Amino acid sequence: MPAAILARFVLAEARRGGLPWLALASLIAAVSLAAFLSQVAITESRALQLAVLAAVLRAAAVFLVAAQVAASTLREIDDKGLELMLSLPLSRATHYLGRFAGFAACAVALAAAFAAALLPWAPPAATALWGVSLACEAALVAAAALFFAMTLGQLVPAIAATAGLYLLARSIAAIQAIAAGPLADDSALSRIASVAVDGVALLLPRLDAVTHTDWLLYGAPGAGAYAAALGGLALYGTLLVAAGLFDFYRRSV
Amino acid sequence: MTRDERPVAAVPRWVLVLLGMALGAQVALQGTRHSGPAERESLPPAPSAEALSLAAFGERALLSRLAMLYLQAFDLRGLDYDRLIAWLGATLELDPRSEYPLFAAARLYAEVPDPERSRAALEFVHERFLADPDRRWPWLAHAALVAKHRLKDLALARRYAQAIDRHTRAGNVPLWARQMEIFILEDMGELEAAKIMLGGLLESGEIDDPAEAAFLKQRLDALEDARGVK
Repeated sequence: MPAAILARFVLAEARRGGLPWLALASLIAAVSLAAFLSQVAITESRALQLAVLAAVLRAAAVFLVAAQVAASTLREIDDKGLELMLSLPLSRATHYLGRFAGFAACAVALAAAFAAALLPWAPPAATALWGVSLACEAALVAAAALFFAMTLGQLVPAIAATAGLYLLARSIAAIQAIAAGPLADDSALSRIASVAVDGVALLLPRLDAVTHTDWLLYGAPGAGAYAAALGGLALYGTLLVAAGLFDFYRRSV
Repeated sequence: MTRDERPVAAVPRWVLVLLGMALGAQVALQGTRHSGPAERESLPPAPSAEALSLAAFGERALLSRLAMLYLQAFDLRGLDYDRLIAWLGATLELDPRSEYPLFAAARLYAEVPDPERSRAALEFVHERFLADPDRRWPWLAHAALVAKHRLKDLALARRYAQAIDRHTRAGNVPLWARQMEIFILEDMGELEAAKIMLGGLLESGEIDDPAEAAFLKQRLDALEDARGVK
């Protein structure tokens, strides 16, 4: 199956590029930081340790995936590898989806490794749910980074756009709460701003609803809420892949 | 990850000198910095819970605890309690299930020699207790003891004890906590009362964090030393 072969190439490239070592370094840095901070806590030291570990590993997984996807994709474009691949009897969809499957597999592997590292601190069931959620989140970031790398064609803009989308998606709920809060001004300008924020929110995934540290600290979420949150990610991932395919088919390479 | 490298001899001498000097200057500069606890400016005004929530990027539980570590770094002497209470409130609002802000208010910020500041911290505990009595009663129980033994304000201590009895409903709240008023009215010393309360909390499993147990043990030892108990 050509897409699976392409995915394997992507995984082999990530392994040779040192991604496992970077993941290990992130793990060591996160454990060290958590151990240091828990030493100065006068209560909830274990909760603090777990919260630091989970937050740092989540950020590390997302950053590593985004950087790996953008760098690998743009290197292939710059080295004319993409043109060579397109000369093969493979559809553009196979090529795009194969690469995406490889990057998504990297995301799943990173999430599994990081979730396993949390097991000494958190209950297994909650950790498993957190790990699955992180895998979905990192796969969505892979889809976003692939889309921006293919569309923008430059490393820094691709990583900046991915980071911007990610951070905005994680903070949009707080921005909406501020815009609609009781202290918000009741002027026309304020109402327009509030509507604009709601409009932006319609185009973003609900990353504030997934991979919660709360799940590890206070117990797993309800099945309905969890399924809805991951369903939202799957839908947005599909949207990004469809947008990427649309752009790729229109590109005159 | 390997790469082809030329020998060190290929690097011009002036680059090596510049590198060595820059490294030496950096280490010397950092070495002159004061390595002990930094002199702190006064506590800045507390951000709103919404602003903290925005800054947390979804990691509310983490930011709530990091904010508490930040507050802990300020010297208690000269601390602006109005700002402190606002910080504690915002932190608790960020993660309402965290025990850290109430623990710090009851065990750290209320146990200061200034009665006015102590009362402000105790009132914070009482006010936030009312929002979630079944989870937050241990801090109000301690607040009652502080009110009786440190502030010598029996009326305030009874008010807190009555609040525990009146507002707690959960089955896991022990009988001694519900009957805190009797406990307050008895002619009992601070050390004895603290020992009973700590023993009760440990027995009920309310304290399971090693840092918290160590902190409370240290406080009990200090109390014993102050009372001359061996």
